[in-house]
Amino acid sequence: MSIFRTVRTLSAALAFVAAGAAVGQDLAVRAGTLHTGTGEAISDGVVLIKGGLISAVGSADRIDIPEGLELIEAAVATPGLIDARSTVGLSGAMNQPHDQDQLERSDAMQPELRAIDAYNPRERLVEWLREHGVTTVHTGHGPGEIISGQTLIAKTAGETVDEAVFEPVAALSATLGQGATGHARKSPGNRSKAVAMLREQLIKAREYQKKLNRNDDDKPGPARDLGLEILAGVLDKEMPLVIEVHRHSDIMTALRLADEFDFDLVLAGAADAHLLLDEIKAAEVPVILHPTMSRAWGGSDMANFSFTTAAKLIEAGIPVALQSGYEGYVPKTRVVLFEAGILMGYGVEPSRALEMITLAPARILGIDDRVGSLEVGKHGDLALFDGDPFEYTTHVVGTIIEGRRVSSVRR
Amino acid sequence: MNRLFLTALAAGFMLSGAAAAEVRAFTGATLIPIDGPEIADGVLVIEDGQIRAVGARDAVRVPRAAEVVELASGSVIMPGIVDTHSHVGEVSGADRSAPIQPEARALDSVNIRSSGIKRALAGGITSVNVMPGSGHLISGQTIYLKLRDGDQIMDLVYRFEDGSPAGGLKMANGTNPIGEPPFPGTRAKSAALARAAYIKAQEYSEKVAGAEDEKDKPARDLGMEALGEVLSGKRMVHFHSHRHDDLLTAIRLRDEFGFRMVLHHTSEAWRVADQIAAADVPVSLIMIDSPGGKLEALHLESKSAPALEQAGARVAFHTDDWITDSRYFLRMAALGVRAGMTREAALVAMTQAGADMLDLGDRVGSLSPGKDADFVILSGDPFSVYTRVQQTWVEGEKRFDLADPDDRLVAEGGFNALSDDDGAGHIHGQGPHQLHFGRGAGQ
Repeated sequence: MSIFRTVRTLSAALAFVAAGAAVGQDLAVRAGTLHTGTGEAISDGVVLIKGGLISAVGSADRIDIPEGLELIEAAVATPGLIDARSTVGLSGAMNQPHDQDQLERSDAMQPELRAIDAYNPRERLVEWLREHGVTTVHTGHGPGEIISGQTLIAKTAGETVDEAVFEPVAALSATLGQGATGHARKSPGNRSKAVAMLREQLIKAREYQKKLNRNDDDKPGPARDLGLEILAGVLDKEMPLVIEVHRHSDIMTALRLADEFDFDLVLAGAADAHLLLDEIKAAEVPVILHPTMSRAWGGSDMANFSFTTAAKLIEAGIPVALQSGYEGYVPKTRVVLFEAGILMGYGVEPSRALEMITLAPARILGIDDRVGSLEVGKHGDLALFDGDPFEYTTHVVGTIIEGRRVSSVRR
Repeated sequence: MNRLFLTALAAGFMLSGAAAAEVRAFTGATLIPIDGPEIADGVLVIEDGQIRAVGARDAVRVPRAAEVVELASGSVIMPGIVDTHSHVGEVSGADRSAPIQPEARALDSVNIRSSGIKRALAGGITSVNVMPGSGHLISGQTIYLKLRDGDQIMDLVYRFEDGSPAGGLKMANGTNPIGEPPFPGTRAKSAALARAAYIKAQEYSEKVAGAEDEKDKPARDLGMEALGEVLSGKRMVHFHSHRHDDLLTAIRLRDEFGFRMVLHHTSEAWRVADQIAAADVPVSLIMIDSPGGKLEALHLESKSAPALEQAGARVAFHTDDWITDSRYFLRMAALGVRAGMTREAALVAMTQAGADMLDLGDRVGSLSPGKDADFVILSGDPFSVYTRVQQTWVEGEKRFDLADPDDRLVAEGGFNALSDDDGAGHIHGQGPHQLHFGRGAGQ
């Protein structure tokens, strides 16, 4: 299910931002084992990149590397990794008030908050992900309020937000359950109230949408409302509502809301998803699963999370990607490469685990026409390794974005 | 060095039933004895809760009475893991009333029925130092636990020679203990308060030692008694510290008062590895998946592990559970290898080094005849992401078995695997959520 479409209701200013990253370059990559993300790995494979886009992929026997073209060799190469949901760039490594912009606590619902107005592409945590092979990150406002704000999709390179971001409005971030009520305000104080508030706001957005769409030149349109504008975009399926939700009952609430208001839903976190495989499958809703190494305690919404959920979702045929999520303390961000690696012990095939941090998130985010696999025409984004990408003692030895080597450190 | 032994009294508490008295021989696995080279196709014989023989198949005689357990090809047996720093069991220590509270004992707060204890066993951990938090200069006495079966905390404790429960003293510097009065506001104040406490303890200890009779002794002071045990060398100081200058401040305090100390966490150890090695202070390291989360962890680098090894320092690893999950202790050491530590040093760092840092080195830490039969059976190489912990044995009893559905649930999570009262860490009346957004946090 492809969810992302350009948001037509947004101001023209965003169009500038969407212009995209620095100009791509020409490069050849040759790898002992090349995981393209589309079928079997290629032994001694080559990827040619022209102007930042992939122009050829295949066995070294069949592809001539043009003379004079810069060549990078590695034992193993994969598509650039995609972090399906993060807050890096809004949340910073220092964890001080001035570098924590992922959550605005003044109101329960603030859909008007744009991620582009807070994203710091030079943040150390963004660099950290880049050094670990992550080339694309879906980041922005995090969980913690019913609607905390918008998200964006960025490449992990680029020094300004304009250079880094390639989808300025990717989704709207929402939270249900314990996470939506963990603030100091009186309201929402519990689950019922939170859902009532969200429904009221979506009904308002529907009215706003009707007024916007009324083709009556005599009557003025509604007074512009930045928040309702975005919610109307959700109701028009121009962007999904990504709901952070863990407990089984709250997952059902999310499915019920998606039914009632007919929006595109993405479940995020979803610790109890293993209890609701049939329901999630029937609703045709994708899951951006919690980090495998999530921490939980008895009594929390995540108390039932399991290392085996990923395997169960895959088995059920539910689209599933992995996220680094949001961390409030140490470590300040997770790394999807590590979170996928842990699944090796819990019934997930290596190729499926790789898919969970490449093509699967690209599809869920609706950017698989550009990234997520090594195919002709897609962005020349790769992660390079000196062995099995998931093995603890293997290193990431390089990261390439649109034909440019953006990291050479050994991690 | 070892100050612990098993009193006859304590043994009575611990050895529950006949199972431990049986003789068992585990064959077919690769043995990692730690005190010698790896043994392919080895035999491990255990009897009465202790290791009796270790060696190659053709070099070890299996007693006729032994139950022989033939393990799957590729299996690996290593000593039970020693976690030098953990907060399993909803442990607490000092409260928020003062920055120095050596009288508070972890012993009095640990819930041994917590799922955290079970998670530790699922990770191959058999001995653990359960500590109060780091939001104080001195947050209390730690407790060394053997993860044997038991009904109450006293069934699990290691003991000092005098029979009292064994543990160390938790200290901290850097940002965590800093706060509003009566907590210190600066690093210099932190050091001054700690020094004043030890000077007072020196005086108290001298008075006790110099007293001619009971009447002459000072009024009993629980905090001074604990610090006295530190000054006498009985009780190890476990010192939470991150920044390079804070690490050296801790060493300065140690040198001034002559106590025994292990440095813990040590984010910036890579910057002062030579000084740490020269000071002959052991280090218990944690490997974290990304830098930051707090200012003094901004320069956290896993290269501290090889840097310390190359400088000649003694290194162990710890989970700081709930900061990292006890089920991933092996991963911690593997990340050390990823950063450049040798396999040999990383194996020692999970076992014998940690045992030595808890003064348990001649009872646990290696597969040596005469030591406790604490060991882990792995499906493969200890440093591989594909490897699972199959079984964990403590004193000759199986305490974790992946083939057991209940144990498997603990190992994998889900379906109420976490108990309702598992606060997962040192909490001051709130969930870990609160703790880790606020002050007084662990790592």
